[in-house]
Amino acid sequence: MRRLRTLILAGVLGLTGAAGALAAGDAPVPPAQEWSHGGVNSPFSMFKTFDRASLQRGFQVYKEVCSACHSMDLLAYRNLEEIGFTEEEVKAIAAQYEIQDKTPNDQGELVTRPGIPADHFKNPFPNKQAAAAANNGKAPPDLSLIVKARSHHEDYIYALLTGYAEAPADHPVPEGTYYNKYFPGHAIAMAPPIYPDGITYGDGTKATVEQQAKDVTTFLAWAAEPHLESRRQTGIMVMLFLVVFAGLMYAAKRRVWADAH
Amino acid sequence: MAHAPTSSFKNPVVNWIDQRLPVFTMMQKEYGTFPTPRNFNYFWNFGALAMFVLATMIVSGVVLAMQYTAHTSLAFTSVERIMRDVNWGWMLRYIHANGASMFFIVVYIHILRGFLYGSYKKPRELLWILGVVIFLLMMATAFMGYVLPWGQMSFWGATVITNLFSAVPVVGESIVTLLWGGFSVDNPTLNRFFALHFLLPFVIFAVVFLHVAALHITGSNNPLGIEPKGPQDTLPFHPYYTTKDLFGLSLFLIFFAFFVFFAPNYLGHPDNYIPADPLVTPAHIVPEWYFLPFYGILRSITFNIGLPFSDVVLIDAKLGGVIAMFASILIWVLMPWLDRSPVKSYRFRPIYKWWVLMLVVSFAMLMYAGGKPAEQPYVLVGQVGTFLYFLFFLGLPVISSFERPLPLPASIAQPVLGGGRVGAVAAAKPMEKA
Repeated sequence: MRRLRTLILAGVLGLTGAAGALAAGDAPVPPAQEWSHGGVNSPFSMFKTFDRASLQRGFQVYKEVCSACHSMDLLAYRNLEEIGFTEEEVKAIAAQYEIQDKTPNDQGELVTRPGIPADHFKNPFPNKQAAAAANNGKAPPDLSLIVKARSHHEDYIYALLTGYAEAPADHPVPEGTYYNKYFPGHAIAMAPPIYPDGITYGDGTKATVEQQAKDVTTFLAWAAEPHLESRRQTGIMVMLFLVVFAGLMYAAKRRVWADAH
Repeated sequence: MAHAPTSSFKNPVVNWIDQRLPVFTMMQKEYGTFPTPRNFNYFWNFGALAMFVLATMIVSGVVLAMQYTAHTSLAFTSVERIMRDVNWGWMLRYIHANGASMFFIVVYIHILRGFLYGSYKKPRELLWILGVVIFLLMMATAFMGYVLPWGQMSFWGATVITNLFSAVPVVGESIVTLLWGGFSVDNPTLNRFFALHFLLPFVIFAVVFLHVAALHITGSNNPLGIEPKGPQDTLPFHPYYTTKDLFGLSLFLIFFAFFVFFAPNYLGHPDNYIPADPLVTPAHIVPEWYFLPFYGILRSITFNIGLPFSDVVLIDAKLGGVIAMFASILIWVLMPWLDRSPVKSYRFRPIYKWWVLMLVVSFAMLMYAGGKPAEQPYVLVGQVGTFLYFLFFLGLPVISSFERPLPLPASIAQPVLGGGRVGAVAAAKPMEKA
């Protein structure tokens, strides 16, 4: 249904060509999943919101798994309050990291200190070159915007995380890479990152690969579009206003034109 | 002044100002009592809508510029700071980004209106040409605006489009160096694009002023394409068309708001959420949707043009594509002279009606082909689209010469007030043709 509506929308605008081009690629189209928030690029999900428990579990997956290699430079610890962590919890999370100040102190030294909520997420590597050197010459992408920066958005990230398989005989992958059904070209440098019960969820949810992939993708979707919910809520108010306004304008126009016909 | 205007406004302050600077008299004349054909359809809303979007773009753009940093190392994060940390920044940016698409949607419909109803014809030739100038300025402004977030598509789109100028013989490379401010798309390019992106909307505003001034000399065209013969054919602009424009605007705002609040990235490209990287080329570099038809024409010239029966190349494929692309817009300027029919509206033109449909179809084909990779069958679709597009213009003098238009109504008031719909009257006429 969502796909159908999307098609109609594209057709109305005569933009099927443009949309098709974006979707084109070598990799198979990732299957559509159900998302609590409907997806960052889904036009008809105006009443949907992020699943808070899933967001917090997703942060746990990022923190314990992804953050070993992937930065999230655009996020600050204080942003975690928006997904339901308390101020105290955020302070505690930030304090787990040793942050080096960007500007020297009055002695001219670059001080390292425990993180505070205003700090941005600590990058696992001191710079891009170090990240590349530790990962076969190519730095792992920053994840702050990853959901908006890939075609098919959440569906692609979920499919990628769950799409590892044995390389088929007719498609061997080079040494140091892994076969993935949904990665363009199928040879991905990232080792399968999540395993069943690889982490233990605090809320008792069973940590299957699918559950972890779903949670971390939901978290990454929020990270890419943190104002998604307030954007949709504002939009509903704007629409209600505009529909009433259009009705009034139509009535006014009819009234004015009544004597002209 | 010898001929001071005789103002008669009730408000003494208004009167005092008006006797010294007759702005109120002018507004009353141009937007109050201004005689406007009484038979406009909703196609005639789109000029006012374009004006509204231009104002929206300038207001949202100026506020965004207060938060944006035009430097290659900061541009991307400064845009993300607007999206995340600036109060209502996400709304401002989505209004501005989608506003560009809205501007092109509105202006394409506005231009189509001109083609359908012959709004380019005498006495409105200059009005039309000023419109073409506005469209060219819009394209330049939109292109440079898309570069500013400094994402992958920003960078590579800028690289591809600026490189087009290298096809110009002799001075091409120098032009490209000048555009870049160096030897590749880099910080000087971003800086000059930001400066020009801020400047050009005000230039557009000035040309729009001339466009509207010219309109108020000739008066508006209308769906019948016959000039008003007297007061029975017109209505004062206010309140008739102010209310109609406001109703049209409110419908348009619903459409606009849908994109801003529920599908803000629908018309964008995912790659532009990846910071620009000169070392990584995206798989498919595509411009924004509103440039696709012209991009389609550019890529359709896949062959060199040379002297027959020799290897001498006069125009190589790249230069040919660039010439075709610029010609596809500049040829609009010639419309008043390419169309030799004295009749304006397509409603009374049995051949032109289909001819203009061909233009719309070719435009759609080119938009489709422009968004696809440069491979078959898309190249062929683009080439057929290009052929039909130019056939519209180059064949127009011929078809308009032998086309026999249907008889025109005696006046605007006759079909409007004489009972029955305009279409019914027009449809009933062909039998009477001499």
